[in-house]
Amino acid sequence: MGKAELPLHAPGTQVDKGYIGESTPRPNAQRLLQGRGAFTDDLRFPRLAHVAFFRSPYAHARIRKLSLEKARAQPGVVGVFDGRAVAEYCKPWVAVLAHLKGIKSPAQHAIAIERACWQGEACAAVVAESRTQAEDAVQHIEAEWEELPVVVDMEESLSGKRVIHPDLGDNICFKREHDTGGVEEIFAKADVVVEDTFHFGRHTGVCVEGRAILADYNAAEHSLTVYHATQAPHMMQDIFSRHLNIPEGNVRVIAKDVGGSFGIKVHVYADEMATAALSIMLRRPVKFVADRLESFLSDIHAREHRARVRLACTKAGEILAFDLDDLTAIGPYSVYPRTSGIEGNQVVNLTGGPYKHQKYRARMHVVFTNKNVTCQYRAVGHPIAVALTEGIVDLAAQKIGIDPADFRRKNLISDDAYPYTFPSGIKFEKLSHHKALDLLLRITNYAGLRAEQSRLRQQKIYRGIGLAAMIEVTNPSPAFYGVGGARISAQDGATLRLEPTGMVTVMCSVTEQGQGTEGIFAQIAASAVGVSIDKVRVITGDTGVTPYGGGTWASRGAGIGGEAVLLAGRALRANMLDVAAKMLSLDKAELDVRDNHVINRLTGEAKLPLAELGRVAYFRPDTLPIDFQSELTVTRHYTPRQYGFTFTNGIQASLVEVDPDTGFVKLLKHWCVEDSGTVINPMLVDEQIRGGVVQGIGAALYEECLYGPDGQLLNGNMADYLVPMAGEMPDIVCAHIETPTLQSQLGAKGVGEAGTAGAPAAVMNAINDALAPLGARVTRMPFTPERILQALKKV
Amino acid sequence: MEQTLTTTMTVNGSQVTRAIPARQHLVDFLREELGLTGSHIGCEHGVCGACTIRVNGEVVRGCLMLAVQANGCRVDTIEGLSDSKELERLQKAFHEKNALQCGFCTPGMLMAAQDLVRARKKATREEIRAHISGNYCRCTGYQAIVDAIDEVING
Repeated sequence: MGKAELPLHAPGTQVDKGYIGESTPRPNAQRLLQGRGAFTDDLRFPRLAHVAFFRSPYAHARIRKLSLEKARAQPGVVGVFDGRAVAEYCKPWVAVLAHLKGIKSPAQHAIAIERACWQGEACAAVVAESRTQAEDAVQHIEAEWEELPVVVDMEESLSGKRVIHPDLGDNICFKREHDTGGVEEIFAKADVVVEDTFHFGRHTGVCVEGRAILADYNAAEHSLTVYHATQAPHMMQDIFSRHLNIPEGNVRVIAKDVGGSFGIKVHVYADEMATAALSIMLRRPVKFVADRLESFLSDIHAREHRARVRLACTKAGEILAFDLDDLTAIGPYSVYPRTSGIEGNQVVNLTGGPYKHQKYRARMHVVFTNKNVTCQYRAVGHPIAVALTEGIVDLAAQKIGIDPADFRRKNLISDDAYPYTFPSGIKFEKLSHHKALDLLLRITNYAGLRAEQSRLRQQKIYRGIGLAAMIEVTNPSPAFYGVGGARISAQDGATLRLEPTGMVTVMCSVTEQGQGTEGIFAQIAASAVGVSIDKVRVITGDTGVTPYGGGTWASRGAGIGGEAVLLAGRALRANMLDVAAKMLSLDKAELDVRDNHVINRLTGEAKLPLAELGRVAYFRPDTLPIDFQSELTVTRHYTPRQYGFTFTNGIQASLVEVDPDTGFVKLLKHWCVEDSGTVINPMLVDEQIRGGVVQGIGAALYEECLYGPDGQLLNGNMADYLVPMAGEMPDIVCAHIETPTLQSQLGAKGVGEAGTAGAPAAVMNAINDALAPLGARVTRMPFTPERILQALKKV
Repeated sequence: MEQTLTTTMTVNGSQVTRAIPARQHLVDFLREELGLTGSHIGCEHGVCGACTIRVNGEVVRGCLMLAVQANGCRVDTIEGLSDSKELERLQKAFHEKNALQCGFCTPGMLMAAQDLVRARKKATREEIRAHISGNYCRCTGYQAIVDAIDEVING
């Protein structure tokens, strides 16, 4: 069932897909365009106090003594607190999950007690009447430190020479081994074996809006309202409740406009927990907004992997096996509550993912270091797995002497092989690798690009074309977190209410961070109910208002929240028709709703405006039969359960030109073909893919959190940490295959992470393709001019 | 006590006089003192462009100028240029082309874009990209932003 056949209205009627598939502009963009959004830092409260944190200047040090008295005496200071004081109000946490067997991590406090384990860890809090005063007073905190040995390098951490948390015995947070068996034998006998080691820089999300939280404790009610730049309000409600000892019903989390998140704003941050605790301690609202320097030191970082991968294949180019050894470092703590074991776990699950081979072995270690923590950031594990897979696949194609596109065509899982179980154990419902490859080759004019590349090489212009096929986790079931004991909902819900005026209000538990959630929910609701989109209002991001749900992460908003909206919309329409049938004394089966009117479903004749239906239902129900009660508010929920994840697939291509004299890479063009099932709004999907591609390009070319041997972050500001800007970015062409998931009626799969998953691999392969005639090859991201010149042996 | 200077400026057409701490930057003043929260703070070191505003007709980083330096100046923010409808064409094009996602960079991006719209009758896509290269957008791929500005400038 494709979107064209989507039966939004009763079978037998004229099929009407409404707004689904239309590039409708987002209604909620208007306020943002006029600077009239409401980001957390824009809110104004009476008696609002501001917190600033005293952060460890050392990567690993014992706090011998903290002198807070001078700070307490500074102008405007309301209170100064150390870790012990805050711990009285906020229970520590341990970020482990039962389904990640053996994962371990020490307890983490809102404010460090006795010891700081990374540079930037909060060790004391100053609350003052203004942020300026709080920051001024922080400078008057005096600390005596005893520096401790620092573990910065992940290989050193794995060796266990120095153990960061002696109680844990070693530096290994989590390890996993997977083996189908038979891998050694295949590698021993294979015609062709290729091997390489890839390095992935540690980078971070750089949301333009820093993390922000405003906690407002009401002592009279023992209630806490938290205005929070978060992706997961209900998850945070549960966490504030349990760790601050407030009944869950007394905790309300409100996420108003959120200035980008990308996974950064879905975790528990110690300084944010401290802010909420301080509001309770001081019995007044307290706000914390991470400034940019704090963001670099304390927003989760991500990636930082070293992975060795081997591929065995036949002379004819049939891939037989993959063998992986991945090492990743996560800082001193696993991050609560999702843990920092997931990224490595995903690398094991996904490596080799698009291909037909049956033998696979993987070994993966997650180790502690004295750097900032890492956790799930957009496309979690995928950029690593895709780059490892596609990097080694290109190397094999090169060794055999076969075109990379032909090599992929030989090995991609056939489009008719589904459902399919991959050797890592993951299951695919239905993918379209071959259709996607064919479409990509067509829109890139691949043969033409190759011809132009050869021609330009004669002129010593080095262009490269890189391909990256990918699979992606979307619409996760409870298998992702719930089964491991995390209180994170895999289910989402939507409430739809017909207002007396004929308007429809939608309340949904999936949140909006700019990806267009509210826009597509309006499209789905309008289509399902039968109203024009200007009649729909959408409310998200408030635990006091919406149904319970997971929020926004793992490319789940459209596929899960959208399905809940669709189901609720259909139910509301049915209930509206019950009312109309009574009002019109007609059989409900003769009626439908279209263009804000109840209509005759066969003739299309308008019978009753919805405003009139609403007026009667709410204000003159006395005119309806005595035994009839209208129900014009309905709620429906949806949880994907048939598959652990609803996998999507796609393929990207990058065209670059490398200057062998300067090492600079010029991005000429980028293409992405994606199969995300039913596309609800092509315009939103395309620019979200482009944004993801650009973040992936950042990983490939620019972004890296650089640490010195003492664990000091060397480039923790926007001037030194480079992100992609408009001037360097190419035009990005998007195209779609639509293979709707049959698990839901909407058929939508996720798309938010696709671009980020595949772009680093595509760019890497393009650079290596350009460098191939020069005998050079790069495998350490980001591919800075310096690293390219090193590969060319010019520096 | 913190040293303040009595400062008078015209913000979005209205004259305001305040005793302003000497060290306060202009965007903090606009946000904290005047409640004009449409200008956003993304880095406070002059890189991200989220606080881009106009002072005497020139686009500036609101975080790199002290509020007291605006004494006697005309300051225009996203709120003022929205109400005056000066940004209407850009806002319409941004909306129709989905040239924003989270919207945090958008006020600054619009101020930078309007600077180009006022200066140029025509601009290539490369020139548009170069002009907005001082404004971070982490959500879009910049392409829709370039498309929107392109439409307004080149028709």
